[in-house]
Amino acid sequence: MPKLTIDGIEIEVEPGTSVLQACEQLGIEIPRFCYHDRLSVPANCRMCLVEVERAPKPVASCAMPAGEGMVVFTDSEKVHKARKGVMEFLLINHPLDCPICDQGGECDLQDQAMAYGFDHSRYAENKRAVKEKNLGPLIKTFMTRCIHCTRCVRFADEIAGMPEMGATGRGEHMEIGTYIESTITSELSGNMIDICPVGALTSKPYAFVSRPWELKKTESIDVLDAVGSNIRVDSRGSEVLRVLPRLHEDVNEEWISDKTRFAYDGLRRQRLDRPYIRGTEGKLRPASWAEAFAAIAERLEGLGGDAVAALAGDLVDVEAMVALGDLMTALGSPHRDCRQDGARIDPAVPASYLFNSGIAGIEDADAILLVGTNPRWEAAMVNARIRKRWLKGGLKVGVVGPNHDLTYSTTYIGAGPDSLEALARGEHSFAQRLTAAERPMVIVGMGALARADGAAVLGRVRALAEATGMVREGWNGFNVLHTAAARVGGVLAGFVPGQGGRDTAGILAGARDGSIKLIWNLGADEIDGPAFGDAFVIYQGHHGDRGAHRADVILPGAAYTEKNGTYVNTEGRVQLAKMAAFPPGDAKEDWKIVRALSERVGKTLPYDNLRDVRRRMVEIEPAFAAIDTRIKADWARFGAADLPADPAPFVSPVETFYMTDPISRASETMAKCVTEIEQRAAAQ
Amino acid sequence: MSFGEPAPADQQPDSFTFTGENLARAQQIIARYPADRKQSAVMPLLDLAQRQHANWLPRAAMDAVADLLEMPKIRVYEVASFYTMYNKKPVGKHLVQVCTTTPCWLCGSDDIKRAIKDTTGVQAGHDHRHSDDGQFTVIEVECLGACVNAPMVQINDDYYEDLDYERMCGIIEALKRGDAVPVGSQTGRRGSQAQLGPTSLIERAPDAVRAAGAPRAGEGAD
Repeated sequence: MPKLTIDGIEIEVEPGTSVLQACEQLGIEIPRFCYHDRLSVPANCRMCLVEVERAPKPVASCAMPAGEGMVVFTDSEKVHKARKGVMEFLLINHPLDCPICDQGGECDLQDQAMAYGFDHSRYAENKRAVKEKNLGPLIKTFMTRCIHCTRCVRFADEIAGMPEMGATGRGEHMEIGTYIESTITSELSGNMIDICPVGALTSKPYAFVSRPWELKKTESIDVLDAVGSNIRVDSRGSEVLRVLPRLHEDVNEEWISDKTRFAYDGLRRQRLDRPYIRGTEGKLRPASWAEAFAAIAERLEGLGGDAVAALAGDLVDVEAMVALGDLMTALGSPHRDCRQDGARIDPAVPASYLFNSGIAGIEDADAILLVGTNPRWEAAMVNARIRKRWLKGGLKVGVVGPNHDLTYSTTYIGAGPDSLEALARGEHSFAQRLTAAERPMVIVGMGALARADGAAVLGRVRALAEATGMVREGWNGFNVLHTAAARVGGVLAGFVPGQGGRDTAGILAGARDGSIKLIWNLGADEIDGPAFGDAFVIYQGHHGDRGAHRADVILPGAAYTEKNGTYVNTEGRVQLAKMAAFPPGDAKEDWKIVRALSERVGKTLPYDNLRDVRRRMVEIEPAFAAIDTRIKADWARFGAADLPADPAPFVSPVETFYMTDPISRASETMAKCVTEIEQRAAAQ
Repeated sequence: MSFGEPAPADQQPDSFTFTGENLARAQQIIARYPADRKQSAVMPLLDLAQRQHANWLPRAAMDAVADLLEMPKIRVYEVASFYTMYNKKPVGKHLVQVCTTTPCWLCGSDDIKRAIKDTTGVQAGHDHRHSDDGQFTVIEVECLGACVNAPMVQINDDYYEDLDYERMCGIIEALKRGDAVPVGSQTGRRGSQAQLGPTSLIERAPDAVRAAGAPRAGEGAD
């Protein structure tokens, strides 16, 4: 434990701590451009120079390990002079175009130039200019502004695992880019925009849209996958203008996927902003709320509870599901399901459908078995965490199911349930690896569970987990990776078939044979229209997607940025999404719609405000009250290991990373990503 | 104009494969390094590829090296674009590098440039310039480390030293004809010997010193 003195204050730090980190521990701010605490340390910007006693010249603090008895000065005249010199060199080739630069107002160089810059330039020669690069539909470049910190290069190499960026040329001609013009294909590429300390890499969709100080910043969470990445939604008026990551060490660290970041333009397109009713001629026509409710009330009139059912989709908040569930109970219907993909998880045993080790728990694992999942597309942040663990060394990853490039090396075991059985019999060498591992882990995806034999697969995975010691005191390595933000919350809130109730498949079968006459479709957009048979379908949601096309009545709801909603991520972490903008037109928050209709049909639900709804939620599941806490799940028997499993290979439910839900399907940016990546694939 | 840039797409060949002989050499080079440090062989392999491919490196060749060494393509591009001895664009049969740094310039590198201009039609500058017949590519470079024999040029792998206008013209004409030109000094001096003959070590050492053993440095000069 080296002890050193910084600006006269003594501090003892862990061995291996750099001087810069030691300064940070004391709250002393050291300016930097190239240093980033999640990336390797190249020490090439020289901005973090400090004075060290008996050292002949200023020292780059980011790369200097704290040593015993070191005496460091961070505020001396020598330090200021050195940093001013560095700043002057950095600004030699940097265009002073802050007024037209999108980074303006949130630029590290701009901020630090306030502290260490001169008020005029001594450089009279021509500045160098660098050609723009085309990095695809997400990242806009202005490479003349680049100060060669290489953060983006290191990010692509280390975090994203897609070494596509590099520093080519030398000296005056050095450039950051891809050398051969090509689109960045990493699904984490947007983070390069955040870590770029200048305006060289900026967001293409956000180009020239707004200044940071004009934006209202709302701390919220993402719902486009089941990770529940913490985000900040920046909006102006009723428009969401961009989405940025928010630090949460246990979930997304400080990164988010490109879908999370760039799909927000889908919030402006294809929106349902008023109720619609399907007229006699079969066409949807705009209607008022009163008319829509009247049409529903008329249909409900005289219908027994057994003929009514409800389905909930992937983006729905717990509040809405609780309200709709209560309405169904009031109508006497046990038929409801929040698993539109038909995932065969056991609602009675939370451990059977949670990511029990937690996402951060991946960092403790030393062997991971992926079953029927492509985490890179289903949950990019989980994949990044596995890669982070893999980089540390000593991790073996086995794959049963789709065999994709996951940015780390994997052992392919097989395609379907047969391979699981082979593993259980110890026929594959990976079985020994799992047994020998101190902290083995299995990650089961919806590709393995959302199929007719899902319960059999679940049972087999549970048996394997128990046999290989994945579940023991202080460690539960049985993990389910969901693809829908609403799933865990829905199951916890009891939006699953009640006593004698039908599940998704049962409800749809009932719709086809006429026993289910009315289906309330709360944002379940992954079900094809014909599956609903002749049932009367009420679609409540925010986008004119698949669900709305098949609806008889449309009730316009609010998207995740437009309501205060509770979501539970795949690891069972309860989080709150906050309202950043108002829903468009006549659209309303979803639980309010259900509450209003309940009154119209004479089954008034007992809550009038969000507080009451949340009180009701806590009544159903006390864990909903513990925000940002993971639900505790006890191990129990679940699944049906004795049932036969279909040998068909597991298929990941996510075919295209960029388009998985109504919002990203409506997004123009995401559409561009799909075409550019297809083009690139075709070119190769 | 940057050296680092790749050749335009219409000049790029579709593919590149090492010849059997070069692949064997490549494997020899790779074997010099530990198996998990294969990428250390990137520079000699790029050189090998360039020699096989008309003295320049197309993208396909860099990709082939990347595949052979199991390293990301961009890491190979970085190396190739950093060094000026890798030609990323097509060059003529004779790549003439004229040194114009101070010693060569003082000894008349302007005449050498003029000789090249008069014989090939190319005015040397800071980028690759090609003669109309495509035989010669000329570039002005900084010190090549042969200042004692200034002025000098490098043509492909060889140095031609102690040049003047006529000798330079002679070399170019000979290359045009396909004749062999002796490399090194064009005035016939050996290595970097002083031009006016030896100025030191010109006397025999006294017998007493020779009897005491090998002469020590500097003793014979007195």
